[in-house]
Amino acid sequence: MLGLRRYALVPMLLAAALGRAETRITIATVNNGDMIIMQRLSKEFEKQNPDITVNWVILEENVLRARVTTDIATRGSQFDVLTIGTYETPIWGKRGWLARLDEDLPAGYDLDDVLRPIRDGLSYQGRLYALPFYGESSFTFYRTDLFEAAGLKMPDQPAWDDIARFAKALHHPEKGIYGICLRGKPGWGENMGFISTLVHTFGGRWFDESWRPQLDTPEWREAIDFYVKLVRSYGPPGITSDGHNECRALFATGKCAMWVDATVAASYMFDPAESKVADKVAFARAPVRKSPAGCQWLWSWALAIPVSSQHTKEAKRFIQWATSKEYIRLVARTDGWAAVPPGTRRSTYEEPRYVKAAPFAGLTLQAILAADPSHPTDRPVPYFGIQYVAIPEFQSIGTQVGQLVAAALAGDTTVEQALRSAQQAVERTMRRAGYFQ
Amino acid sequence: MKRTLRNKALFTAAAWPVALVIFFPIFWMLVSGFKTEVEAVSTPPRLIFRPTLENYAAVWQRADYVRHAVNSVIVSVGSTLLALGLALPAAYAMAFFPTRRTKPTLLWMLSTKMLPPVGVLVPIYLLFRDLGLLDSRVGLLMVYTLVNLPIVIWMLFTFFKEVPREVLEAGRMDGAGPGREIASLLLPLSLPGITSTALLAVILAWNEAFWSLNLTAAKAAPLTAFMASFSSPEGLFWAKLSAASTMAIAPIVVFGWLSQRQLVRGLTFGAIK
Amino acid sequence: MTLPPVPDPSAGRRGPRRSVRTLPLKLPSVIVLLLWAVVPLVMTIWFSFERYNLLNAGERGFAGLENYRFLLTDPGLAKVIINTVLLVGGVLAITVGLGTLLAVLFDQSFFGRGAARLLVIAPFFVMPTVSALIWKNMLMDPVNGVLAFLMRGVGLRPVDWFSGAPLAAIVIIVAWQWLPFALLILLTALQSLDPESRESARMDGAGPFAMFFFIVLPHLRRAIGVVVMIETVFLLTVFAEIFVTTAGGPGLASTNLAFLIYRFALLDFDIGGASAGGILAIILANVAAVFLMRTVSRSLET
Repeated sequence: MLGLRRYALVPMLLAAALGRAETRITIATVNNGDMIIMQRLSKEFEKQNPDITVNWVILEENVLRARVTTDIATRGSQFDVLTIGTYETPIWGKRGWLARLDEDLPAGYDLDDVLRPIRDGLSYQGRLYALPFYGESSFTFYRTDLFEAAGLKMPDQPAWDDIARFAKALHHPEKGIYGICLRGKPGWGENMGFISTLVHTFGGRWFDESWRPQLDTPEWREAIDFYVKLVRSYGPPGITSDGHNECRALFATGKCAMWVDATVAASYMFDPAESKVADKVAFARAPVRKSPAGCQWLWSWALAIPVSSQHTKEAKRFIQWATSKEYIRLVARTDGWAAVPPGTRRSTYEEPRYVKAAPFAGLTLQAILAADPSHPTDRPVPYFGIQYVAIPEFQSIGTQVGQLVAAALAGDTTVEQALRSAQQAVERTMRRAGYFQ
Repeated sequence: MKRTLRNKALFTAAAWPVALVIFFPIFWMLVSGFKTEVEAVSTPPRLIFRPTLENYAAVWQRADYVRHAVNSVIVSVGSTLLALGLALPAAYAMAFFPTRRTKPTLLWMLSTKMLPPVGVLVPIYLLFRDLGLLDSRVGLLMVYTLVNLPIVIWMLFTFFKEVPREVLEAGRMDGAGPGREIASLLLPLSLPGITSTALLAVILAWNEAFWSLNLTAAKAAPLTAFMASFSSPEGLFWAKLSAASTMAIAPIVVFGWLSQRQLVRGLTFGAIK
Repeated sequence: MTLPPVPDPSAGRRGPRRSVRTLPLKLPSVIVLLLWAVVPLVMTIWFSFERYNLLNAGERGFAGLENYRFLLTDPGLAKVIINTVLLVGGVLAITVGLGTLLAVLFDQSFFGRGAARLLVIAPFFVMPTVSALIWKNMLMDPVNGVLAFLMRGVGLRPVDWFSGAPLAAIVIIVAWQWLPFALLILLTALQSLDPESRESARMDGAGPFAMFFFIVLPHLRRAIGVVVMIETVFLLTVFAEIFVTTAGGPGLASTNLAFLIYRFALLDFDIGGASAGGILAIILANVAAVFLMRTVSRSLET
């Protein structure tokens, strides 16, 4: 009897050792507030899943994108979970670089709870390649105290002409208050993110149905003219190096009367630790001109798994946890309802405690549901995307055009010259990439 | 006597304002680490404020400072030692036994640094992937050695040429072979130069932010990756960035201060003559 | 007491014998650098003739001179090259000029010299991206920055650095970062200046200016040469500061060659184009090196 038990000891020890063997998964993510919360709360995940340890690589968005793209395209296998957006997901899904994620989801995950536009944005040919972590659109931020003092009222859906009027009335640089802050820093995800929505709502489009660049059209001219005039007359100095962050700092320190940018900044504007205007800010829809479809943008940061990962099963468990309803409730418990990741699930917006803690929730939901990346403007387009064009070449195109628009804003060139050079640059790139001869 | 005291006072009055102006951005960074985020970016800029440790706490809690710091130390000091080991004999040979090919060799060595790293990222990444060196301290250490070697050789070469030949020749005439010549004559004489070189190599490796971000993931990430995670997120971050940066340069400043004393000690040789 | 130079009877025979023995001393460095230089260089040259985009890996193929043609027909290329030269030249002028003056100043004895030296060397300790962020947002920002505050305090309109003078702003930031490097090398070299030459010059009646130009500067020539050569190599590839502050804009006002290559490599993922850009950068850098060598060659006198 003893002899037999001794033989059984070895496989038992082996089994115990293997069972306790830890899998380490490495996740690459952006250093935004919601992801930092996810990092902190991942200790909960590790407690519930003692066989998994999560290693974090946290970088700024542009650096992260370059790093992660280099790795996935060369099959470097450095990461098991990637944080990517609605821009990359369809492109990489098409190339077969990402694992498919709409199959074998646990019961209770409730994929139908995910907002449709977000889900579509993360799919290719109907297959989901990333699970959404948070979603956003854009809207208008404005200062209630300044509007009241000037006797102005912000409509629920302002037009760009309204905004121009308000900016003029509220622009008091001698008091350190600027009429309007809009992104000016060059970059496909910086100034061009905003300007694309402006162009689309003015009725312009990036490309026609045969993929010919349209930057020399009257709609582009009108939109950029409007932008340059508005910001030069009523914006803060130095705007050409102000991206999302800098504008956010300006608005939070009370320097701007209005700001049109991402909905995710709203919860921070309410936080007195992050903003001096916590009790003086309100919101309205993003300004519209001719075409309402593309006046606000649509973006989601989502978690995906490269097919070259060695730990697909564990990675799936992690991202299913991080994008679940339970996770949202966890954040509500630890950080309050105002801090839960917004814009992904309808159930979040049906939760009365969330709506109470986040007065901007209703507008955010409206904006996300109104954004239609497949029809960003009133004329048909061959591309998908409102604040970007979902083609690989767009990062370079967007940055080049962004630099030229910033030059026009700085007064180094006229709008006409800038757009002509931009049209040339985009044509060169598109021709080289083979979209047309 | 009075003249030297007057000169000393004059130089003090000239040098200190310059030093303070040059140091000001760093001073501002140090101070901002103790402000709240909103205070850090508001005007008018405040010198008097209630200091808080919340940024340091947030930074400490969020990222594994110790692991990153250890990686930085291993990779920077390791690569500097390796580079010195390779460079000392080479610089010695080139400085004291120059040939026709010395000049072109030196130039060629420097030219290996002329290719912008971003242009060669993908080839190196592919190479490292195939050699299994991605996200490894060894890999990063090797890269830093190679990246700094030309600088170290150049600087050692320069400092060696400053050594007065007479002293070495006197030693040679006393029968010292090259080994003893290097160890007991050359090294002490050029110690300030070697220390400066080592200090600069360590700093260059410590602050190198391209390869360290692109070739590492979670295991081998040094302090530059730690810093990068506090840089430009969505939202106000300058106070936390200042705190993180202070934590990142603290080890280097201590090292720099210690080697300063070496520099001072080595300098007294000039008076011995 | 200095020894008069002793004629070495074996001088004539020393040459060839010694240089054979020095080869093993130099060899490890050379081999190691050879590998590091050659392998990536060969790969870069190879890729520059290929049509290789990371995102469209299926369409690889030989591209002949297509990448070079695309690069050289870029309408902004001339401006980018000029910016690169201006950036390098500007920073060199400031760091070497100011560095020499400061080295002389900090070589003098004055109260608290050690502490002052540490302060002046401090900028080199901080990571370039952090320096750039601090300069951009806390110092140079025309609304919230300290410089703007000071200028408003004396009644001037704050300078809009990054819109109006982006390249100048970058030059200032980079020069501030590299001044300690120049200062450290020049100061160390200065400290090996024979106090006896200074004494004898003073006894000959030389005033401070004559001392500077006829004793100090010539002694520093080699060190200045090294500073120029090493800084040039680094300055040609300045990238982080531009990335973090102006993103190359407005327009191309602050785009240098390294940033242009970044656009190819990490925005377009056009490895073929980036490699062609890299080869162009090497060619330009070699041209700069030859030019510098002519000017600085005496410091390499062996």
